[in-house]
Amino acid sequence: MKHLLSVDDLSTDEVEAIFATAADMHDVQSREVKKLPALRGRTVVNMFFEDSTRTRSSFEIAGKWLSADVINVSAKGSSASKGESLRDTVLTVCAMGVDGLVIRHPASGAALQVSQWVDAAVVNAGDGMHEHPTQALLDAYTLQRRLGSLAGRHVAIVGDLTHSRVFRSNVQCLTKLGAHVTVVAPPTLMPSGIRAWSESAGFETSYDLDAVLPEADAVMMLRVQRERMSGGFFPSPREYTVGYGLTRDRLSRLRPDVPICHPGPMNRGLEIAADAADAAQSVVLEQVSSGLAIRMAVLYHLLAGESDGGIS
Amino acid sequence: MPAPDAPPGHESARTDRTVLDARDISRALTRISHELLERNKGASDLVLLGLHTRGVPLARRIAEKIAAVEGAPVEVGELDVTMYRDDLRSQPTRRAHKTALPAGGIDRKVVVLVDDVLFSGRTIRAALDALADLGRPSAVRLAVLVDRGHRELPIRADHVGKNLPSALAERVSVRLSEVDGTDEVTIS
Repeated sequence: MKHLLSVDDLSTDEVEAIFATAADMHDVQSREVKKLPALRGRTVVNMFFEDSTRTRSSFEIAGKWLSADVINVSAKGSSASKGESLRDTVLTVCAMGVDGLVIRHPASGAALQVSQWVDAAVVNAGDGMHEHPTQALLDAYTLQRRLGSLAGRHVAIVGDLTHSRVFRSNVQCLTKLGAHVTVVAPPTLMPSGIRAWSESAGFETSYDLDAVLPEADAVMMLRVQRERMSGGFFPSPREYTVGYGLTRDRLSRLRPDVPICHPGPMNRGLEIAADAADAAQSVVLEQVSSGLAIRMAVLYHLLAGESDGGIS
Repeated sequence: MPAPDAPPGHESARTDRTVLDARDISRALTRISHELLERNKGASDLVLLGLHTRGVPLARRIAEKIAAVEGAPVEVGELDVTMYRDDLRSQPTRRAHKTALPAGGIDRKVVVLVDDVLFSGRTIRAALDALADLGRPSAVRLAVLVDRGHRELPIRADHVGKNLPSALAERVSVRLSEVDGTDEVTIS
């Protein structure tokens, strides 16, 4: 594994290997000294062309705890804001001897494109509406820790599917691990062509959240991405909440052992009620700590061994 | 250049020679257990940390033997040193194992690192680095089943099951029933 661009590139064994390493990395978080020397002498650049709090800081801490030298480049304040092309920005940074490049970009496919320009290992930290593989890995890892195995478990993914890269990566990751996935959204937020994809990938679609919730072993709420919406995908926020929000009423009907996930940032009161976000069964903060462990594991697997070394 | 103790003709036809059988291993571990107790004047504050992979069952076996003598359990843990190796960059990515310390931790304890073979000393160097990140033991000792020589670092074991002078080209294999289904040490 030279890059991590898509969950699809990973075999089930590779996902399990990342989870096993993440479990070790999780232990490191509870230590007084949180540093491991595994990536000493390696340089990782986080290039974020889109705003992000948790993913960027998570990758930054992950790199630092593994003793890599980490620098952050954001579009605002970099030469990209002066009109420099993505290719020139990336090549300039990589000319400084970078080993790993963590990239977030609003264009789908940007990470793949960058991986073809540079020698450094590229990690896709979210490309447009396409993929967000480390988010999918951390979600699956969090649920696996809660539910034991994911095989045969029913996971409901609810919300703005059209604009969600998290959903696309999650469907791949969860089905790879044997989970039964149902995606739920209003017809206007179902991506076009999802029927064909759902048939080939083996997941289900539904417009009826109340029919799916009683069957679910885990619920994954997605953020309504207002910044990516250009038109009226639903009549009003209120109407969206009534149809597809995890409201206090729906929370009361959910089994108490069903974990509630949300990749963040949350629109409280829109797709998830404050009661659900703060409920005992909410794993939102657990996802954040799992995210750190997963990103440490991914950086370790990509950068610790010889340059063409894979997961072993 | 073949070492004087290398088996004749080992370059053309490698043959396994058993150096320790199951009873020898058990005897060696019993002796190490007694040495540890004598040196430590009992089992108080003693923590055995097995190094992955075969150090872990060895540590457990020593702990059992000590418990049988002392009548009280001794704390055992597992230590993985993968992240601390100095050859991480020159090999394909190694899969990390679990590090598990006893509930009481290792601060102010006498930690005994347990491994199967002491060779270059680099694994033990990595283990000492890992220990420094985990806490501050009052003392660290090293117990190994086999010391085959060829040290690359100034590291010496406190307790050795068997000194086995070997040629660099020779291969010393430790097999333990917990991992390999049989107990033996061979040289080939």
